[in-house]
Amino acid sequence: MGYILIFITAIFVNNVVLSQFLGICPFLGVSKKVETASGMAAAVAFVLVIATLVTYLLQVYFLAPGTNVFSTEGHPVDLTYLQTIVFILVIAALVQMVEIVLKKVSPSLYQALGVFLPLITTNCCILGVAIQVSQGTYAAPGLEHNLLTGIVYALSTALGFGLALVVFAGIREQLSRVAVPKGVQGMSIALITAGLLAMAFMGFSGVNNGLQKLFGI
Amino acid sequence: MNNLKVLINGIVKENPTFVLLLGMCPTLGTTSSALNGMSMGLATMAVLIVSNFIISSIKSLIPDMVRIPAFIVVIASLVTILQMFIKAYAPEIDKSLGLFIPLIVVNCIILGRAEAFAAKNNPFSSILDGIGMGLGFTIALTLLGAVREILGTGSVFGFTCFSENYGALVFVLAPGAFIALGYLIAIINKVRGN
Amino acid sequence: MKKLKSSLVNMVIVLTVITLCAGAALAFANDMTRGPIEAINKKNLEDGIRKVLGDDKVAIPEPRTLEDGTVIYETEKGAAVQAQDPQNASFGGDLTILVGFNKQGDIMGYTILKTNETPGLGAKAGDWFQAGQKGDIIGKNPGQKPLSVTKDGGEVDAITASTITSRSFLRAVNAAAAACTDSEALTDALSAATCQDDAHKKCND
Repeated sequence: MGYILIFITAIFVNNVVLSQFLGICPFLGVSKKVETASGMAAAVAFVLVIATLVTYLLQVYFLAPGTNVFSTEGHPVDLTYLQTIVFILVIAALVQMVEIVLKKVSPSLYQALGVFLPLITTNCCILGVAIQVSQGTYAAPGLEHNLLTGIVYALSTALGFGLALVVFAGIREQLSRVAVPKGVQGMSIALITAGLLAMAFMGFSGVNNGLQKLFGI
Repeated sequence: MNNLKVLINGIVKENPTFVLLLGMCPTLGTTSSALNGMSMGLATMAVLIVSNFIISSIKSLIPDMVRIPAFIVVIASLVTILQMFIKAYAPEIDKSLGLFIPLIVVNCIILGRAEAFAAKNNPFSSILDGIGMGLGFTIALTLLGAVREILGTGSVFGFTCFSENYGALVFVLAPGAFIALGYLIAIINKVRGN
Repeated sequence: MKKLKSSLVNMVIVLTVITLCAGAALAFANDMTRGPIEAINKKNLEDGIRKVLGDDKVAIPEPRTLEDGTVIYETEKGAAVQAQDPQNASFGGDLTILVGFNKQGDIMGYTILKTNETPGLGAKAGDWFQAGQKGDIIGKNPGQKPLSVTKDGGEVDAITASTITSRSFLRAVNAAAAACTDSEALTDALSAATCQDDAHKKCND
């Protein structure tokens, strides 16, 4: 039940874009059409889960004091200060690798996602979620912060990102058919729309606590 | 004269937030108050100036094909160093900005300026560009933070304009960030248009 | 100076050199700032303990850590307890607070040590529950009756639009009070008080 709670909290209550402000650039940049938005969402989900898995293992076995391979009994070696630089390089390399592998293995999937992959390196929701998972600073009531909950959280966050992006793209498609006042055309009206969407998502706040009671956690 | 132009460019003509629309995550995420916005702006500016300087100094040593990873390494180390110094000497800022400090690494402004300006110009004008762009970003964040704080809580930088009871709290919360920035951009477009 | 060619050797050398330089710079900066960071953390904790106990000069004792991670500092003035929200359900993850109790188990003061809330919002809890503020909890005794917000039938006003944060905060305060029942400094006064409360399972331990 705890995993369902993480899932619902990350998608609706604590949406990565609309309440945590991570991944705004692709949210505003790739949301003119539902089709491209879904492509971007899929690519982000793919990379986010793999990146979380790899960075978590790196954190445990190479960076964190006490658990990494450099530490001996009683002499912890703390390399956490290398976290940012290691994570961003891993993410950049992963994106490249995913691109190469996808090209060989599934050209059709590559065709669909290929354009978005290079953009993902600078998508801060990947680095942000990787850091949250490695430090255990995400909500997982009643559960331990371990690899499994981390992956569930990453996947839920990615779905939350996809949901926000696709819904927003749908609204913007409709918006392009109506006459918008000249002053707020372009990014201005897009931001205000995003604000209203965020307000709608605020309606979910508290749902996680209700569910928590319901599940008896 | 030319140097002045480089400096002013980032503040007005190519303001990273209002015109280029870069670095939106920290812009929205850290501007719940004017002070938070300003701290974030200054932190980003510090990284931007130093990274512009370093990258433009070593640009001829970096082969073209690996320039992006090389830039990322430089930027990520600068951000980490900044994070350590903030933790050591300004723990209050570390508390209020939290996750957004390491995320300066993926701020498109920094990589964008490295690629578009520092990799093509001399170190001196790169520093000026860093100052200009950094100031533009800081001013934008402070302005947005001030607007949100006044509308949301009735006070700014500790000065009270009206009672908190009349504040529209939504401006401090997530939706208000999008809406306030949307209107600010509209107003600035109008001003620039004239 | 001419630009280096993108040959494999060049690329590998340049990237290695840059990474090594970056690593060295980071190690150096880490070494330089480690001292001040530790000093600041220690000072923050000591200041916090003195603040929540309302005594500038109280000697800081060796801490006692319980199984669930709660840390108790027992002084002559009472106990300062560092506790977290047991449900860990605050918006941004964990919320760590320090609460001071006098020997009767009344709250003397509190301070927030760590929060991962949205910048600006969670920070409000630092003032909201202080003496004279809207959600004043000073002087209350959560050992006798666990605190809760008015929405849940309690007597503490929640932070405007942050009921979730407020609930999380109060759970942490209650956890701190519960931990105190084991504390020697307070045992006499508290155990007598808490055993009247059936909801308190610690009594029979």
